[in-house]
Amino acid sequence: MNMDLKDKLLSSFLAFENNVDVEDPVHDLRSEAMKNFEAKGFPTKKEEAWKYTSLGNLQNVDFSIFPKQESNLEYKDVKKYFLHEIDTYKIVFVDGVYSSYLSETTHDGVDICLLSSALTKPMFRQVIEVYFNKVAAQDDSLTSLNTAFSKEGAYIYIPKNKMPKKPIQILHLSTGHEAALMLQPRNLIVVEQNAEVQIIERHQSLTENEVFTNSVTEIFAAKDAIVDYYKVQNDASSASLVDNTYISQQDSSVVRVHTFCFGGKLTRNNLNFYQNGERIDSTLKGVTILGENQHVDHHTLVHHRQPNCESHQDYKGIFGGRSTGVFNGKIVVDRLAQKTDAFQQNNNIIMSEKATVNAKPQLEIFADDVKCSHGCTIGQLDQEALFYLRSRGIPKKEATALLMYAFANNVLESVRIPELKARINKIIANKLEVRVGFEI
Amino acid sequence: MLEIKDLHASIEGKEILKGINLRVNAGEVHAIMGPNGSGKSTLASVIAGKEEFEVGRGSLFLEGEDLEDMAPEERAHNGIFLSFQYPVEIPGVSVTNFIKTAINESRKARGLEDMPANEMLRLIREKSELLEIDRKFLSRSLNDGFSGGEKKRNEIFQMAVMEPKLAILDETDSGLDIDALRIVAHGVNKLRSKDNAIIVITHYQRLLEHIVPDFVHVLHDGKIVKSGTKDLAHELEEKGYDWLKQEKLV
Repeated sequence: MNMDLKDKLLSSFLAFENNVDVEDPVHDLRSEAMKNFEAKGFPTKKEEAWKYTSLGNLQNVDFSIFPKQESNLEYKDVKKYFLHEIDTYKIVFVDGVYSSYLSETTHDGVDICLLSSALTKPMFRQVIEVYFNKVAAQDDSLTSLNTAFSKEGAYIYIPKNKMPKKPIQILHLSTGHEAALMLQPRNLIVVEQNAEVQIIERHQSLTENEVFTNSVTEIFAAKDAIVDYYKVQNDASSASLVDNTYISQQDSSVVRVHTFCFGGKLTRNNLNFYQNGERIDSTLKGVTILGENQHVDHHTLVHHRQPNCESHQDYKGIFGGRSTGVFNGKIVVDRLAQKTDAFQQNNNIIMSEKATVNAKPQLEIFADDVKCSHGCTIGQLDQEALFYLRSRGIPKKEATALLMYAFANNVLESVRIPELKARINKIIANKLEVRVGFEI
Repeated sequence: MLEIKDLHASIEGKEILKGINLRVNAGEVHAIMGPNGSGKSTLASVIAGKEEFEVGRGSLFLEGEDLEDMAPEERAHNGIFLSFQYPVEIPGVSVTNFIKTAINESRKARGLEDMPANEMLRLIREKSELLEIDRKFLSRSLNDGFSGGEKKRNEIFQMAVMEPKLAILDETDSGLDIDALRIVAHGVNKLRSKDNAIIVITHYQRLLEHIVPDFVHVLHDGKIVKSGTKDLAHELEEKGYDWLKQEKLV
């Protein structure tokens, strides 16, 4: 069968549609979304936003579209992918199917459970009607594709003034039972007034079989809400990920997203913040360390729509081997958004001749009383710093690793879960081969 | 200890050192003075092995060993220490962790195991007292946000811990107020012994009141044009570097 991926998705959708309830509140949404994907297709390099990231190879792979039945995974086999040092809620999917055995959900004052339940059970209907698909882009083909097939993912609802007793881990595991598997998780996270939540999300393939994940996450932060979101992207070398995250913030809310990208062969992060209120604080930080033939593309958007808000972006990248990196940081400041304070910084170190980085800040500022600073740097390691370390007897290789570690470190300072910070530290130290002769 | 013969060095095609001759024996303190651009920092960097400089004619020997082709870290393992004029900021690495790493790498190079933790602690405590550095300072990121004086004190603190055979102090006094100068000089003087040697590079005579040299050399346009005792430093202070032109030395 020589169908390309788009055709396969279109024909799979018909089968998918036949299996869902026409009464389903999301049914019409899905149809509309599929029409949109059908019209636009996969993005090509001709589009500015996809100039440096090609999905061409993926479209020739014969991916299975539908998740299989729940696989038997033992906790001990996957324990290392969890942040097991602390007690957390867990929402775990294996090949796209919820694993009750590996998960720990709750309805005790807060809802930490599954989208499939939220989409079908009457008690969640109101939240779905108010929030589902309300911040995600309607004109983006991959987002639409995810919406068309949306059925399963994490559903997190924190009512006014509440905070879960512990952080939440969302894990998407793939077993490799399929030779090639496409996953489309859909997360909906609603944090009401003055509520708080901490979330860690990770995608992990357990084999070298191909996995392509097209994920959409919608986050709503109401007035005074605080959301602390950590994305750990350290997947197998045969995994590709397009992560579309859309965040809507109300007055005085604080949302921080940290993206740690060390694995996978292709990772595209579309991170979009919409500030729909005043005195909002948005933080976007990232550390990327890639080698071999890995590719990452960070496209960020912060849309300042009202006065007195701030945003901080700090992305650090280290590229070795033949890896390639893209940073495209867009800041839009509407005419109304006076007294905006927007800060964007992207620093990249290239460790080998064959690595490439493309960095582009994009500022569209329509207000006149704002503070917007941006800086993109691409360079080598500071030679003076390297000499300083070597002059103290630290060999070139260790000195280089130490400097790269130090470079990435200040993004880690803002990680608020100490055990997660330690884990990320270890991953970085391993990747850079830093002699862990000092405490991290 | 250190023997430099007709040393030439250039950077990006431009020759900076044009035939340096210098001999430093164990137990001695040599001062190198000179106007800006004379090559003082270049000399310090070349002895420490900075790779950006191309060494041409001439030779550089430490205790009879040829330093040419020796990497900076090897020179450090062999006992050379350079106190930087502009110490580099390395956020994310604490002073303590940096010192530990440096000490253990040196030990590793000599086939020794890591220094035991309690010995390390004692060493760091002893030397930080010498330089009047308090413990909070040690957990800060290396040179990150340090004042000029703090950076220089940290350099001498490192010197105290590493116990080098040959220490080169590159304009250690620049940016220091009188109190910081006193502390730094006290630290250096405490480290002087008959087994080590120190080269003090300075623009001003002031430091040499505190760290009294055995010999003073004047560097001008990449060459040592005059050598003498500490009195030469006084003469330079009084008459200025222009005096060298008058003496037809340059």
